[in-house]
Amino acid sequence: MRRRALLPESLQIVAVIRLPVSENRRSGRRIHTSDRRRGRGFLWAIWIPHPRSAFGRGSNALASKKRSIDLGFEGVGEVRREEAETRFARDSRAWRRILALASLAALTVGCRSKPSATTVVEFWALGREGEVVQRMIPDFERRHPGIRLRVQQIPWSAAHEKLLTAYVGEAMPDVFQVGNTWIPEFVALNAIEPLDQRMQSSTVIAVADYFPGILDTSVIERATYGLPWYVDTRLLFYRSDLLERAGYPAPPRDWRAWVDAMTRVKERAAPGDFPTLLPVNEWQPLVILALQLGADLLRERDTYGDFESAAFRAAFTFYVDLFRRGLAPLATQTQVANLYQDFARGAFVFYVSGPWNIGEFRERLPASVTWATAPWPAPDQRYPGVSLAGGASLAMFRGSPRKDAAWQWLEYLSEPAQQIALYRLTGDLPSRKSAWTEEGPAGDEQTRAFRIQLDHVRPTPKIPEWERIADEITRHAEAAIRGQVTIDEALAALDRNVDAMLEKRRWLIERGERLPS
Amino acid sequence: MTAAAERSSAPFRVSPGIAFVAPALCAIVTFFFLPVAGAVLLSFTDFDIYAVASWRNLRFIAFGNYSRLLRDPLFWIALENTLYFVAVGAPLSMGVSLGAALLVNARLVRFKGVFRTLFFLPVVTTLVAVAVVWRYVYHPRFGLLNQGLGLLGVGPIDWLGDPRWAMPSIILMAAWKNFGFNMIVFIAALQSVPESLYEAARLDGASFPQQFRHVTLPLLAPTFLFVSVITLIGYFQLFAEPYVMTQGGPANRTLSIVLLMYEQGFRWWNMGYAAAVAFVLFVIILCLTLVQTRLR
Repeated sequence: MRRRALLPESLQIVAVIRLPVSENRRSGRRIHTSDRRRGRGFLWAIWIPHPRSAFGRGSNALASKKRSIDLGFEGVGEVRREEAETRFARDSRAWRRILALASLAALTVGCRSKPSATTVVEFWALGREGEVVQRMIPDFERRHPGIRLRVQQIPWSAAHEKLLTAYVGEAMPDVFQVGNTWIPEFVALNAIEPLDQRMQSSTVIAVADYFPGILDTSVIERATYGLPWYVDTRLLFYRSDLLERAGYPAPPRDWRAWVDAMTRVKERAAPGDFPTLLPVNEWQPLVILALQLGADLLRERDTYGDFESAAFRAAFTFYVDLFRRGLAPLATQTQVANLYQDFARGAFVFYVSGPWNIGEFRERLPASVTWATAPWPAPDQRYPGVSLAGGASLAMFRGSPRKDAAWQWLEYLSEPAQQIALYRLTGDLPSRKSAWTEEGPAGDEQTRAFRIQLDHVRPTPKIPEWERIADEITRHAEAAIRGQVTIDEALAALDRNVDAMLEKRRWLIERGERLPS
Repeated sequence: MTAAAERSSAPFRVSPGIAFVAPALCAIVTFFFLPVAGAVLLSFTDFDIYAVASWRNLRFIAFGNYSRLLRDPLFWIALENTLYFVAVGAPLSMGVSLGAALLVNARLVRFKGVFRTLFFLPVVTTLVAVAVVWRYVYHPRFGLLNQGLGLLGVGPIDWLGDPRWAMPSIILMAAWKNFGFNMIVFIAALQSVPESLYEAARLDGASFPQQFRHVTLPLLAPTFLFVSVITLIGYFQLFAEPYVMTQGGPANRTLSIVLLMYEQGFRWWNMGYAAAVAFVLFVIILCLTLVQTRLR
C-alpha cells in the first residue's frame, strides 16, 4: 500500500484542542467580542513532527504530554479550519521547520491554559438576568480567587427545553436559574440537589428572610430545592385617573367593590372598550380567583382533579360572568396588538400583570397617563386576596462535581447587597425582605403593592403535570366563556381530563415511587 | 490460477454497486430509518417526563396511545381544522399560483424578472416577521383589512379572534406566503409548452380561453400532479402559521395536527403520544397521496 501523499509524512496531526473562552479572555485579547459573548472557544489544530522524522527525534515525550492536556475542554467550538491539504502539500523543509516551531508554540499555549487551582463553575441564566449577571462576576471572582464563573445566557422561550435536553444529554451546568413552577419537574427528574443543610449552616442565608409563600414553591416533600433569586406575583395594574372619574379614588378592596367599579367604568366607556383585560389564554387570573376562595385545585396527594368543588365552581362562575356581563373582552393575548397603546388609550382600566411590566409601563406610556398598582381585592373582608407565588430560583445540579464552589456563587447572589444590585439592573424584585430598602424597591411607589401582595402568595400544585393542567383549565374556561359548554359541563370535563392526565402519577404512587407532592 | 477461480474462492464477495451506495445507505439508515423505527417503538409506550427520569417508569402500552388518540376530542378538532385548511387552502394556493404564473408569463408583460422576484419574496421571508405584519393587517380596529372593508361599508371583523374567521385568516396568509414557489414551477412548465401548438390552435380559430383549455391545461397536467402532491403534503403539516399567529386559538379553531403533536411532545413531553400523532398523520398523508396519484 502507498502512503497517503497529501500530508508530508514527517508530520502528523496529533490533536485538535478547544480553548474555552474564559481561558482565552485572560491569556490573550485576540478573540472577537461576539465570539466571547456567545461563549465560544476556538479550535486549534496542532501538527507535530512525526517521531521518525528529522524534527521528531526526542519529541515523543512532548507528544504524550500534550495528549494529556488536550482533552477535556468543553464549549461549542468555532472551527477555523486551515486548508490542510493544499497548504501542506508542498513538502519543503522550510515549511516543516516553521510548523514544528508553531506546534511547539501552540503546545505552550495549551499547557498554560490548563488551570491549576481554579474551579470553573458553569451557570445558566435566563433572559435579561443572563445578560446583567455578567456584571456581577468580576466582584465575585475578586472575592473568591479560586473560582471562575462561566455564564451562558439562554432566552426564556428556549430555556425549559434546553434544560431538559441538557439533562438527557448529561450536559447540565453546575448552577442554573429555573422558573419556580419548573422545580417539581426537575425534582421528578432527580436533577436538583436539596439545599437545606447548606442553607442552615450558611452565615449569609436566613430562611426567615425569604417570603414564605415564595420559598414554599421550591419545597417538595420537606426538602428545599431552590433558592429564590427574585420574586414576582400578579396583581392589578389600573388607570387611577379613569377609576377616580368613575367614582373610585382608591382601588377596590373586595370583589363586590371591584365588580361595582368595573360596572361604573363600563357605563362611561366607549363601545369596544372594556373595564378589564383578562386574556382568555392566560390561566393565572382564574387560578388566582380560585385560590382566593380557598380552592385546592387537586385532591388526594394531587392525583385527581378537584374542579367540581364548591370553591372552584364559585371562582369559575365569577370569572366567566366577568365576560358574560361585558366587563372583560373575549380576547387572547396574541390579539392585543399593542398592550401599552391600548392601556394609554383607556381601552381597559384594570390589567392583571407582574413586576416586569412596571418598567415597561413607565417606558412606553406617555407621561399624561396616570396608573398605579394595587394588591388583589379579596372575596371577603380579609384584604388582600392571595395571588400566585412566582419568580425564579437558583438551583444546583445534583450531579455537579463542584458543589462547594457553586454554593459560594449561590450565596453571593443571595446577599441582600447583590439582590439590590440585581433590582437596580433589571427591576427584578428581591426575594429577601431585608433587601427591600429605600435604595432597593422600597423607594418605588409602584412596587409597594407588590410588597404587600408578596406576604399573601400561594404556590400552584407542585407536580410536573401542572402546566398541562393549567392549559386544560384555560381551554375549558374559554369554551364556557364562549357559551359552547355550560359551566357544569366544563367543570365535569375538566375533572375527567385532569384525572386522565394524572393516571401515570397514580400508578407511580401505587408502585411506591417517591414523588414530588 | 485464473482470475475466475480466484474470484470464486473468495469467501465473500460484495457487488461494487452495493459498495458504492453503502456510505449513503449507512447515513440514511442511521439518520432516517433508525429514528423512524425508534419513533414507532416510542408510540407504543407512555414515554413522558417520568420516563426521562428513569426507564423503570416506562410502560409498554401497545396501541394505548392510538386508542386514546381516537377518543381525544382535541385530535378530532385538530383533524377537522387541518382538513379544512387543506381543502380550502391547497386549491386556493394552487389557483393563485397558476394565475400568477400565467400573468407573469404573458407575452405582453415587461420586467418579468422583477415580478417573479416580487411574487417569490414572501416564500423566502421569515414567517415570524410575516406573522407580525399580518397581525397588524388583521387587527380588528386599526388593521388595513378592516379599514378597507369599512370603505366598502362592511362592518369590522375580528379576524384572528372570531372562531369562524380565524382559519380563513390563516389560509389567506398561508396562500399569500406560499404561492410563489408553485408559481415558479408553473412558469417553468408554461415555458416548456411549444409555441407551435398555440400557433396551430390559433390557425384553427381557437380563442384565448379555448387555447388555455385545450393546449395549456392538458400540457400542465403532470405539473399539476406534482404541485398538488407537494402542496397537499406541505399543507397537512400546517404548524408555523397558527403557532405564531394564534397558538391554536380561538377556542382551538386553528389547532392543527402538527401543532397538537408539538404541544404534546415538546411542551408536555408526552413523547409516546406525540409519536402516535405523527404516525396517524403519516398514514393520512400517505393514503391521500396514493389516491391522488391513482386519480391521475
